Amino acid sequence: MSDDNVLSPRDPWFRRAVGITAGIFVLTALGGFIVLPYAQPELKVSGLWDAICSAAGVVRTSSAQAPVQPDPKLTKVVITSALPATPAPDAIGRGATLAQQCAICHGPTGVSRADSPNLAGQYAASIYKQLADFKNGARVNAIMSPFAANLSERDMQDLAAYYAYLPRLPGYHPQQSQPAPKIVINGAPMRGVAPCGSCHGALDNKTGSPWLEGQPAAYVKAQLQAFASGERRNDISQQMRNIARRMTPEEIDQAAEWYASQPPTLIHTN
Amino acid sequence: MLNSRRLVLAHFWLAFTVFGLALVLGAWQMFIRSPLHTWISNPEWYYRSLTAHGTVMGYVFPTLVAMGFGYAISEVSLNQPLIGRKWAWAGFWLIVVGAVMAMIPVALGRASVLYTFYPPLIGSPFYYLGVVLVVVGSWIWVALMSVNLHAWKKANPGAPVPLPMFANVAGSYLWGWTAVGAALELLLQILPVAFGLKSTIDAGLSRVFFSWTLHAIVYFWLMPTYIAYYTIVPRAIGGKVYSDTMARISFILFLVVAMPIGMHHTFADPQVGAGFKFIHSAFTALVALPTLLTVFTICASVEIAARMRGGRGPLGWIRALPWSNPIMLAVAFSFVMLGFGGAGGLINMSYQLDTTIHNTQWITGHFHLIFGGAIVIMYFAIAYDLWPHLTGRAMRDLGLMRLQLWLWFVGMIVTTFPWHWVGILGMPRRMAYYDYTDPAVAPQAVSVMLSAIGGFILLASGLLFIVILLRAQRAPREEAGLYRFSAALHPPVAVPALNSYALWIALMVGLTVTNYGFPIAQLALRSDTSVPAVYVGANP
Repeated sequence: MSDDNVLSPRDPWFRRAVGITAGIFVLTALGGFIVLPYAQPELKVSGLWDAICSAAGVVRTSSAQAPVQPDPKLTKVVITSALPATPAPDAIGRGATLAQQCAICHGPTGVSRADSPNLAGQYAASIYKQLADFKNGARVNAIMSPFAANLSERDMQDLAAYYAYLPRLPGYHPQQSQPAPKIVINGAPMRGVAPCGSCHGALDNKTGSPWLEGQPAAYVKAQLQAFASGERRNDISQQMRNIARRMTPEEIDQAAEWYASQPPTLIHTN
Repeated sequence: MLNSRRLVLAHFWLAFTVFGLALVLGAWQMFIRSPLHTWISNPEWYYRSLTAHGTVMGYVFPTLVAMGFGYAISEVSLNQPLIGRKWAWAGFWLIVVGAVMAMIPVALGRASVLYTFYPPLIGSPFYYLGVVLVVVGSWIWVALMSVNLHAWKKANPGAPVPLPMFANVAGSYLWGWTAVGAALELLLQILPVAFGLKSTIDAGLSRVFFSWTLHAIVYFWLMPTYIAYYTIVPRAIGGKVYSDTMARISFILFLVVAMPIGMHHTFADPQVGAGFKFIHSAFTALVALPTLLTVFTICASVEIAARMRGGRGPLGWIRALPWSNPIMLAVAFSFVMLGFGGAGGLINMSYQLDTTIHNTQWITGHFHLIFGGAIVIMYFAIAYDLWPHLTGRAMRDLGLMRLQLWLWFVGMIVTTFPWHWVGILGMPRRMAYYDYTDPAVAPQAVSVMLSAIGGFILLASGLLFIVILLRAQRAPREEAGLYRFSAALHPPVAVPALNSYALWIALMVGLTVTNYGFPIAQLALRSDTSVPAVYVGANP
């Protein structure tokens, strides 16, 4: 077609269009990569190339020293919905044998009479994460830490598989008809507190969050207080610490007591 | 020549039907998060509705309007039957299947990720596949527009391409290229995670890919409106286009600079260097140029019409305009909303000013004013103008049409002005719940209520629009005569460089490389930028 020779460098349209476009690009690049970095004294560029790299978003290592290691230890468990993989065929049996030593506190059927958490039917990912954190030192407890110290990776996975396999027991919950408190259903949006129920059951269950229905009130309350004070710190990205800190003592009581009064929900069994 | 009437009508009817449904969702969302309603207790319902509203209004509705209008333009302006009508139907059905496939997981709560996807949130793969089908369906349209134009050029060597078709094909090429960003994001980043092949995602790179699409998609939505400004409005009010060349330059400028500017959507993102943000900000300023050219040319064209009708004086001619004509009313409303929306846009594109309103309700107000206001009101005008020619039946409800346009204009102002205001007060967007009893939020309550009332005015107008179309479909048959577009005051004789696209497409691709190449390559090559995906509605 006759008008396609516009693409030739000899065509005046081509020269003008390409020239103007390139000119604007060069001008704006000069502004963005050289003028602006030098115009910001707090950026402390060490030279032209440094200014250009900084404006281009190249990662700069500002110190040769090794990054500061946090103290105390942090959790190393990464929770994804793909975790854990399908348990090995003998995992549940091995887990049941290992669970003999847990029964004194968590009950022979995974239901506790000692205000320890009920583990029957808990999500495998949650149980695995807590065991791994106890072992690694990210979560500390006078009773649990020594137990977890000797567990192998396989032991922890098998225990998680066994407890996830056990049926959730309905139990005796005479006050289950009381309405859910506001903190469970609405949270406290103005304080940045999401509803408990949006992750832990009642509204929804999210990956990595344990379900709480029927868990002992004393246990849930103690954990919220431990998160609030910073005594417990194995939550990823401070999710639970940020929430617990902003909860009032009344809200902590209400959430703990309401969840304790509920029968475990039978949906979402693995 | 308008042979493919059923094809065009099918696109328009589907577009306006899904538009009506999404409008209901929008009004419901405005209502339940306003102080007029108590908290619904479960944010999931809000986000489900928001995802459906955005997906339909952003992808399905404007794409169908652009496609239907594009097929009509091709036949009428080139005066040749549409080549590849079967392919056009295939594209239409792909969009139907894609829209249904995307909406089922959204309705089930398996894809409440909003239409902008927001990785690392990951929903059901069927949602993304549905969106991909919609885009593939529209790419068939892009190809057909190109094929039809080339067939015409072959038959008419050297002749200037009629302005409507020239603009239409520019719009289709813009869409073809700009959709590539979202396609890359879906195929390379999101779908592997949605299918469970990977459990981590580079959220930053995904956002950069999406910004490639996110700004130029607005200009794709805008194209039918601008085509209507130039090629329907002057004829409908009895005038001529002031400058055919100015129109061509505007569309060419949109093609070149609408796309490599998208990073002004990522001003607050840490993964993009400040230098590139500055370049994108400067190029965003350039895209105001074709809009200013258009406002000038259309005002001049309208003045020509007014003076031909006997208008006198420096401003007295405005009274001589045919204000009872719905098209005149629509273009006036559209310009007012474009003016306010454009002024707000200048704030969004400025690196510094943006920090005060980034992620606030100001942004939501802004794009509703521009898209829902300035753009969609001209979609109504396009439908009103084409309908008698598509149905072969007269449209006699002029009073209802004026009422509908007034309601839409008033509703959009009442909705979006308070929306901008609460944004300045700091009200964040994308939230399902606001506690208006809190002293910090209480002053926003009245504005939010006004905004919700505006939403219901819009709903009334949208439903009235559908009623008008339905009534016209049942009117007695009447020959509407030959459909034609506006003539230029000085019809084009030879339009060197403004008759083909190769140079302009080369500049568009070139600017994509300069403005996006390094940030994309940098993020793609680094190994430490991925984060665990968050599956929506997945089992814990």
